[in-house]
Amino acid sequence: MTITEPYKNPSEQFHAVGEDIVDLKAPSGPIEKRWDDRKFNAKLVNPANRRKLSVLVVGTGLAGASAAATLGEAGYHVRSFCYQDSPRRAHSIAAQGGINAAKNYRNDGDSIYRLFYDTVKGGDFRARESNVYRLAQVSVNIIDQCVAQGVPFAREYGGLLDNRSFGGVQVSRTFYARGQTGQQLLIGAYQALERQIAAGTVEMNTRHEMLELIMVPDANGVERARGIIVRDMVTGEIETHTADAVVLASGGYGNVFFLSTNAMGCNTTATWRAHRKGAYFANPCYTQIHPTCIPVSGDYQSKLTLMSESLRNDGRIWVPAKLGDDRVASQIPEDERDYYLERIYPAFGNLVPRDIASRAAKYQCDAGKGVGPGGLGVYLDFADAIERLGRPAVEAKYGNLFDMYAQITGEDPYSEPMRIYPAVHYTMGGLWVDYDLQSNLTGLFVAGEANFSEHGANRLGASALMQGLADGYFVLPYTLANYLADGPYEKVADDHPAVLEAKAAVENRISTLLSINGTRTVDSYHKELGQIMWDYCGMERTEEGLTKAIGMIRDLKTDFWANVKVTGVNEELNQTLERAGRVADFFELGELMCIDALNRRESCGGHFRAESQTEDGEALRHDDEFAYVSAWEFGDKQPTLHKEPLEYEYVEMKSRSYK
Amino acid sequence: MAVSGLIMLGYLLVHAYGNLKFFQGPEKFDSYLEGLDDILYPYLPHEGALWILRVVLVGALVVHVYAAITLWRRNKVAAGYVGNTRYQTKQNKTGYQRSYASFTMRWGGIILLLFIIGHVAQMLPNWLSPGGASDSKYERVVNGFELWWVVLLYTIGLVAVGFHLAHGFWSALTTLGQNHSSTRRSSRITAVSIGLAVLIAGGFLTVPFAIFFFGAGS
Amino acid sequence: MNITVRVWRQKNADDKGKMVTYGVENVSEHMSFLEMLDVLNEQLTLSGDDPIAFDHDCREGICGACGVVINGQAHGPQTTTTCQLHMRSFEDGAVIDIEPWRAGAFPVVKDLVVDRSAFDRIIQAGGFISAPTGSAPEANNLPVPKEDADHAFESATCIGCGACVAACPNGSGMLFTAAKITHLGLLPQGQPERDSRVIGMIEQHDHEGFGGCTNIGECTASCPKGIPLDTISRLNRDLLGALAKGKA
Repeated sequence: MTITEPYKNPSEQFHAVGEDIVDLKAPSGPIEKRWDDRKFNAKLVNPANRRKLSVLVVGTGLAGASAAATLGEAGYHVRSFCYQDSPRRAHSIAAQGGINAAKNYRNDGDSIYRLFYDTVKGGDFRARESNVYRLAQVSVNIIDQCVAQGVPFAREYGGLLDNRSFGGVQVSRTFYARGQTGQQLLIGAYQALERQIAAGTVEMNTRHEMLELIMVPDANGVERARGIIVRDMVTGEIETHTADAVVLASGGYGNVFFLSTNAMGCNTTATWRAHRKGAYFANPCYTQIHPTCIPVSGDYQSKLTLMSESLRNDGRIWVPAKLGDDRVASQIPEDERDYYLERIYPAFGNLVPRDIASRAAKYQCDAGKGVGPGGLGVYLDFADAIERLGRPAVEAKYGNLFDMYAQITGEDPYSEPMRIYPAVHYTMGGLWVDYDLQSNLTGLFVAGEANFSEHGANRLGASALMQGLADGYFVLPYTLANYLADGPYEKVADDHPAVLEAKAAVENRISTLLSINGTRTVDSYHKELGQIMWDYCGMERTEEGLTKAIGMIRDLKTDFWANVKVTGVNEELNQTLERAGRVADFFELGELMCIDALNRRESCGGHFRAESQTEDGEALRHDDEFAYVSAWEFGDKQPTLHKEPLEYEYVEMKSRSYK
Repeated sequence: MAVSGLIMLGYLLVHAYGNLKFFQGPEKFDSYLEGLDDILYPYLPHEGALWILRVVLVGALVVHVYAAITLWRRNKVAAGYVGNTRYQTKQNKTGYQRSYASFTMRWGGIILLLFIIGHVAQMLPNWLSPGGASDSKYERVVNGFELWWVVLLYTIGLVAVGFHLAHGFWSALTTLGQNHSSTRRSSRITAVSIGLAVLIAGGFLTVPFAIFFFGAGS
Repeated sequence: MNITVRVWRQKNADDKGKMVTYGVENVSEHMSFLEMLDVLNEQLTLSGDDPIAFDHDCREGICGACGVVINGQAHGPQTTTTCQLHMRSFEDGAVIDIEPWRAGAFPVVKDLVVDRSAFDRIIQAGGFISAPTGSAPEANNLPVPKEDADHAFESATCIGCGACVAACPNGSGMLFTAAKITHLGLLPQGQPERDSRVIGMIEQHDHEGFGGCTNIGECTASCPKGIPLDTISRLNRDLLGALAKGKA
């Protein structure tokens, strides 16, 4: 499909528009054969040659740990990096709900095709069909692999694996380990990784942060990703690591909002530094906002905690009908409450999709009906459920979530309704990759949340874990081998000009940050940036707001580089310095997110433009104009937009309705 | 440590049973003790069984003390002391649930060792005989326990035995893999240990208390 | 509320270190303990002092990064992680002592940050099931009794924070080690390597300089995930079994 431009998009004051791009690795033919074909056509590496080939893997979450372990086991020389003190702490560990797989153990009509179909549709037709189909195919192998590793999934009394339905889909295909599925899967991958470390195939570098990518031209003049510059976070030493290929599995960028469900250390530095070196950043504006988080309690708040969406199965969401009603919840009579989801969406009620539930809560709070500190919260009430099912049944189902809520808020959710508010949870955007998970930079592969691929504009529940492990266990080992088969490449000397330049750039940046010695703390800038992003590039975006936000971010960034105060020196454990570097990159990413959101004058998945909605306030896609991936090329003055058109051969593009 | 401790505990149980023969009077008590010399005679020589027992007990004690000293030294390094203390705070020195018994395993163990040395010395024929020597062991017991300071020392020693066992028996069984409870306090072994400690310390104390407070045997 | 904190400050591994007293004003009872430290660090930064270094990441009680000894108790007065401890657990005017985990195997890196890589090395010594990627059989070919799976899960919830070591008067890492041995030892997939696992992990545990277990039970009492104490007995049973077979 070719895209003609009937008008000049107002976003173009901030960016250029370049050539369309295509995924050169995208296979054709019947969709169920494409991955097999790709695997068959991929070049193989003789086992004896593998140890001469080296790979750097940044990040040890599900994607990074599984990739490093599998590549190490295959015999490649792997070096792995994480900023945490142990690979076991990567933020995949916090995923609660589960992992999807098309096993059809429940005999309820699930299949690879249905998982594929649901994922494409859930992504609001902004993901590639081929990639999604492959994801659904390997989902089956993931469960087998994890069980073999000893992941203690929930089981039936007969000893077979249990499943539950998740995120509004009609089949039960989600495998889970109580509310700690991410933890159990990550520990499985971590153990596999530690096994390879013991075997000497993987060298682990904990408390190391990647600060720059090294691109080196080969003999034919082809620029290849050949290494990274990292900082040893204990000693401050700036180290150079070179190899034949680089894998980034460094996670998402939700922390651009300061408050999110991400871990405090999650950051975009690895992906952003690669972007600055030429890697395209795709769909940065697609952010997923989760409706059932515990609200902010004060300006000291450092992070938000998610509670499983399953709470909406039995809880009823409401706000006081009257403005300024400050009675405690239990004192407000039934007819003075507004169960607004049930009122507006009678068919789905409290179970409408995440983005609709989130936005509806925002509208209520914007209208002044919010409850709790700052009026940023709505009630999630279990009084009816407790009356209907009895307290023991509610405790059995949700006890751990109620305990978590009580621990954090100091309130008893059995006697007063919980307060909830949406929070940023996952970012679908990320570095652009082809079918092989290789970015437009040769030799740079990107896996997991760090890439943009499988989820389109919106991710289904229990699909993040699936994608991370699919990339690491089952995709990269083939596609990366195909790339490495042409190696080993000529060794890059530590004094190669490209290395020296990258190293000098890192050192300059650090010494600049340390020398400003201004008057404001790093966190204060981060909080202000987060507020701008939340207000103008959060649940609802407008042309006016985004334009304003871009100006505000630019001003704030300028102020940051003039007034930030970073204490201490480089040659020590310096957590302020670490944060300063990450926030500096968030400014640039935040600006690009706003530009991307401004360009996409449609509403789709996790991106809602107020200008593009139906009369009923539903998201309105514009497939004729925007059925493309926005891949952004970095530019010193302004970014350039490259469009990758999306075509749907198997799933018909439809718009959804939840009324 | 667990095995040597359990060997000594087994001996203590038999020993406590033997002590209670005191209440059957001098003849029975002395002949019971003499009878011990000829256990399994003629298959073993005169005093043979006793010597085997002595060797085993001394061996167990040596192993136990050696293991304790090794463990003590290792754990002090492992605990990461800063100077003479681990944590600088003065709050919550007992942590969440530490028992007094577990605190006193080391110093209590030293008291016990001294007590055992003294006690064995007392057993050697008329070598250390507070209150007056006699050929009748029964009489020596009575003579000794009429002195308040002997009773006091003996009581201190036995209280130490009690505390040592209250934690030690639980610990030994856990080390041998026999605890099936999620916490120390909820374990049945903990209850049994405390019961055993009271039984053994109490059993041994009946004789001296009966002599000192109620004039038994005189 | 206004509180006073006494914090262990130590510039680096070689520094001697000492307790330093700071006042923190206008603390909200709804703040988490780490947010209170954030507020203090903002104060310190603005006055040009070095902020207090402490490990933390997810702040939702699952990554295991955070952990300090608060008033002599690992993770403080409640059995939860430090990030989930809230200031409502303290009184106005309280004096709170904050120290790093103390253990020979956990050297201090800076202030409240310690090096817990010894735990990773214990896992390397056998805390896994050798299941090469791609070789796994169909998942439901191997039924696992629900009770065993649930028990294994209970032990597998260990977050590797190190509170057990910090609380143990002997600086022993037995609960951490036992949790992994129990997790894998209860599953049929874990049987082939059961003997070599326990021997390898215990040897590494001792080699790292952790203390010997004397069954005091403080580890379980301080564990934010409630890893049960009988895991240690299970470890001992496995160890005795392996030694009896002459696998050492």
